Amino acid sequence: MNGPLLEARELQVRFHAGRGKRPVRAVDGVDLAVGRGEIVALVGESGCGKTTLARTLLGLERPQDGTVLFDGAPLGYGSGDLKRYRRRAQLILQDPTGALNPRQTVYESVAEGLRIHRAVARKQREGIETSEVDLVSAALAKAGLRPPEGFFMTYPHELSGGQRQRVVIAGALALEPELLVADEPVSSLDASIRGEILALLLRLRDELGLTVLVVTHDLGLAWNIADRIAVMYLGRIVEVGSTEQVLQAPEHPYTQALLSVVPEVEEIEPVVLAGEPPDPSRIPDGCRFHPRCQALAGGAAEAAGVADRCISDPLPVIAAHGGHRAACWLAEARSPSSP
Amino acid sequence: MSAGEAVPRLTARQVTRRRRRESARRTWNEFRSHRSGVVGLGILVVFVLVALGAPLLADATGLKVTAATGGVLEAPSAEYWLGTDDNGRSVLTLLIWGARVSLFVGLLATAISMVIGTLVGVASGHFRGWPSSVLFRLTEWFLVIPFLPLAIVMASVLGASLINIVLVIGVTSWPGTALLIRAQTLSIEERPFLERARALGAGHWHQMSRHVLPNVMPMVFANTTLTVAIAILTETTLSFLGLGDPLRVSWGSMLDDAFGAGAITTGAWWFIIPPGICVILVVLSFTLIGRALEEIFNPRLRRGILDETSKPRRRERS
Ligand SMILES: Nc1ncnc2c1ncn2[C@@H]1O[C@H](COP(=O)(O)OP(=O)(O)OP(=O)(O)O)[C@@H](O)[C@H]1O
Ligand SMILES: [Mg+2]
Repeated sequence: MNGPLLEARELQVRFHAGRGKRPVRAVDGVDLAVGRGEIVALVGESGCGKTTLARTLLGLERPQDGTVLFDGAPLGYGSGDLKRYRRRAQLILQDPTGALNPRQTVYESVAEGLRIHRAVARKQREGIETSEVDLVSAALAKAGLRPPEGFFMTYPHELSGGQRQRVVIAGALALEPELLVADEPVSSLDASIRGEILALLLRLRDELGLTVLVVTHDLGLAWNIADRIAVMYLGRIVEVGSTEQVLQAPEHPYTQALLSVVPEVEEIEPVVLAGEPPDPSRIPDGCRFHPRCQALAGGAAEAAGVADRCISDPLPVIAAHGGHRAACWLAEARSPSSP
Repeated sequence: MSAGEAVPRLTARQVTRRRRRESARRTWNEFRSHRSGVVGLGILVVFVLVALGAPLLADATGLKVTAATGGVLEAPSAEYWLGTDDNGRSVLTLLIWGARVSLFVGLLATAISMVIGTLVGVASGHFRGWPSSVLFRLTEWFLVIPFLPLAIVMASVLGASLINIVLVIGVTSWPGTALLIRAQTLSIEERPFLERARALGAGHWHQMSRHVLPNVMPMVFANTTLTVAIAILTETTLSFLGLGDPLRVSWGSMLDDAFGAGAITTGAWWFIIPPGICVILVVLSFTLIGRALEEIFNPRLRRGILDETSKPRRRERS
C-alpha cells in the first residue's frame, strides 16, 4: 500500500480535571500522517500535548473524537485488536531508568514482549526455527548491545543511561514492529550519548525500514534526524512540512520563535515569547497562539490586515497531506497561492 | 545459532541462581547488623524448636486430664518445674504443647490474611473505576468494623475449632495489609515500566503479577511478621474468652483456665505468668524481626524503585 503507515484524523483528547474545573483539551484537533520508512519529529514546548498525542496514536489513550488509522485501517480498541496492534507499533519512553523494572534482568525485560505475544511459538508455527534466546540476542544486537549474551543477566542499575535506553529499544525491536514512537528518547540522557541513540534510530530506519515518530522539544534534534517536522502548540499542529522547509523557512511565528532560541541558529534575533505559558483548559479564541504572538504584538499582522482575524477567527486544522503548511492567518495572507 | 543456543541458556539459569543467592546473602548480612532483629530471630527459633520438638520434650499423655499425675495447682517443684494446673497437669507440658497451637494458628492465619490483603491491595491499586472503589470500600468497611467483636461473632457462629479460629483471624485481619499494599501499588503504578508493559501489550494479570507484585513483595514480607504478632494475640484473646478449640491447649486457653480456676486470687502465679510471658516473647520476636525487615527493605525500595532521576514523590504509608 502507498498510503501513510500512521494517520490521525481530527483527533481530540480531553481530560477531566475534576468537578467545577474546565476539561483539559490536551489534543485539540490533530491531523497527522507518518509515511512508511519516514522519520517524523513532533516538536513543541512542555505541556502542549505531545505525549498525549503519542499515547493516543499508540492506542494507550482513547480519543474522545477523531480516528487513528494504522496501515489504512481505523484502530480498534478491543483488547484483541490492541494486542495485535502492539506487535506492529512500539513505544520508547523518555526515561529508560524508570522504564525498566529494577527487579528484571535485561534478558527478562527484552523477552517480555516476546512472551506476552508468544512470538516464539508463532514463528515456529510459521516454520521458522528459532528460540527465545535467539530472538533476544538478535534484538539486543540490533540495538547495539554486543555481545548480547554479556548483557543477559545484568540488572538495569548496572548499566549506563545509554545502555538502558538501548535495552528499552531492544525490547521494542524484539517484536519486529513497523512503527516506533519515541517520546523524548534522549532528553534524559547525557549529551555525549544522545548522538549515539539518534544514530541508532537512523540506522534502524535504514536497515529495518522502521517508521519513527520522535517526540521532542528540541529543534536541533529534529534537524538532525527527521525527514518531516510537525510543530505542536496547545493541542494542535500549527506547522508541518519537510525538515528543510520548516526549519529554513518557518512560516508560523511560533516556529520562528522556537527556532530563534536554538543556540546553533545565529542569524535570527532571539524572540522571547510574551504572555503566560499556555493553559490547555483555556484555549484562546481566534488563533490559539495570538496572545503570545510576536508578529501580532509587533504589528506585522496589523500591516498585513489580518490582526482582527488573528484575534477572532479560529483556524482550520491543517491537512496532514500535502506540503509545507502553517496554521497562521498572516502566513496565509502572505502566500496567496495557498487556499 | 544452534551451537550458541544451549550455552547461554544453561549459564543464564546458573547465573540467575547465583544472583538470587547473592542477594539473599546481602539481605542476611544487612539483617545481622540489626541487633534487635537478631534477638527476635533467636527467640523465635527457640520457640519454633520447642513447638517442633514437643513430642520429645514432653509426653503428650501429660495433656490428658484423666491421666494427670500431680495435685491441684501445685507450686513449682523439682518434678513439676512450673507447677501444675487445676487438673493436676504439668504447666510446663501444657506450655510446650501450647506453643504448637499458638504458632500454628499465628502462621496459618497470617498466611490467609496476607493472601487476601495482598490480592485486594494490588487489585484495588491497579484497577481504575468501580472495581477499585468497590475493593477500597470493602477494605475500609472491614477496617472500621471493630476487629475483636467481629472475630468473636464469627467464632461463635462458626463454632470453636482450630481451623475456624484460623479462618476467623485470617479473614478479619487483612485490611491493614490491603491498605498498605494498595498505597504501595498506587506509587508503583505511576512508574514508567508499567507504561512500557502496557505498550508491549501486557494484560492486567501480567502487569500485576510481573511488575506490581515483585515490587510490593518486600513490603508484604515486612508486614507479615507484624501480622503474625497480631494473629497470635488474637488467638490468645479468643481462647481466653472461651472461643478457642476446647480440645486443644494453647497459651490463650491456659490463661482462660487459669482465670477460671481463680489462679489470680489463689496466687498460683505459675499458671498465669509462663503462658503470658510466652505470648509476649513470641509477639515481641515477630515485631522485632518485622521492624528490622522493614528497615532493610525500605531503603532498597527507595533505591530500586524510586530512583533518583524521577520526581521526588512522597511515599504514602498507612
Ligand atoms: N492523565 C491526565 N489527566 C489530566 N490531565 C492530563 C493527563 N495527561 C496529560 N494531561 C494534561 O494534558 C496536557 C498535555 O500534557 P502532555 O503530557 O501531553 O504534554 P507534553 O507536550 O508531553 O509535555 P512535556 O514536554 O512536559 O512532556 C498537560 O496540560 C497535562 O497537564
Ligand atoms: Mg511529554
